[in-house]
Amino acid sequence: MLRRLVGWAGELLLTLGVLLLLFAAWQLWWTDVVADREQDGIVRSLEEDFADGRTAEVGTDDIPRTAGDDGAFAIVRIPRFGADYARPVVEGTDRDVLTRGVGHYVGSAGPGAVGNFALAGHRTTYGRPFHDVDRLEGGDRVVVETAGEVFVYEVTERRIVRPRDVEVIAAVPGSPGREPTERLLTLTSCHPRYSATERFVVHGRLVEAVPRSQWDPAAWLAAPKAA
Amino acid sequence: MYAALWRSVPGPTWVRSLLFLALALLVVALLFGWVFPAVSQLLPFTDNTVGAGTATGR
Repeated sequence: MLRRLVGWAGELLLTLGVLLLLFAAWQLWWTDVVADREQDGIVRSLEEDFADGRTAEVGTDDIPRTAGDDGAFAIVRIPRFGADYARPVVEGTDRDVLTRGVGHYVGSAGPGAVGNFALAGHRTTYGRPFHDVDRLEGGDRVVVETAGEVFVYEVTERRIVRPRDVEVIAAVPGSPGREPTERLLTLTSCHPRYSATERFVVHGRLVEAVPRSQWDPAAWLAAPKAA
Repeated sequence: MYAALWRSVPGPTWVRSLLFLALALLVVALLFGWVFPAVSQLLPFTDNTVGAGTATGR
């Protein structure tokens, strides 16, 4: 009887171990596989929409008036992360939204607008769009492509904050309530990797707004100098 | 537990093996497709936003 009980307990523990390993595999590998495929598809359909001049679901601030199928309204390109790096920008920062791309904090400024265009992205898992966010340096470009214009931001500052430090996404970062005069960008992601105890934050400033018809990728998306 | 399951499956060894393999794949598919996505909603490992929502900030 005792032998039998011990045998069952052993099998139960083995099963639990296998379950935990499977969960790790799902979280660290499978979510990337699924999200990469989905986000690539969204970027491609955005590129087609932009080329065709389809902007029906987007308001004057380039943010969707009504949530479309995927809520995507812009493409973010970061040469530091690779020449072909392109991720969709989706309205909202809920968990299910952040599996579809980089999330735009609801209520923060639109791309290129005065204020703070604030984005959140996964550092690990779900396609990990901001995996290398810590490699961004001052002067690195973050290009935000919308239907009408392409906005070029340059990184000005990077810091690590606590998850509750919401003032980093205020219109004037660090000074909530103040009237913004600059056109800023903020990226948030988790820190350290595979943890959620802190947030890695990158601030940037708009340096150029180029109409789509005059956009020259070769001039703006050149690879930055090695770190 | 698994021994009893093995004995309850009919057929020669190779048929049983195939059935067990199919069963294992089915279990993995269920876990990857439904169980793990639901469980991960309750875990904070991948939070990356700033906000006052939860203890970890979300």
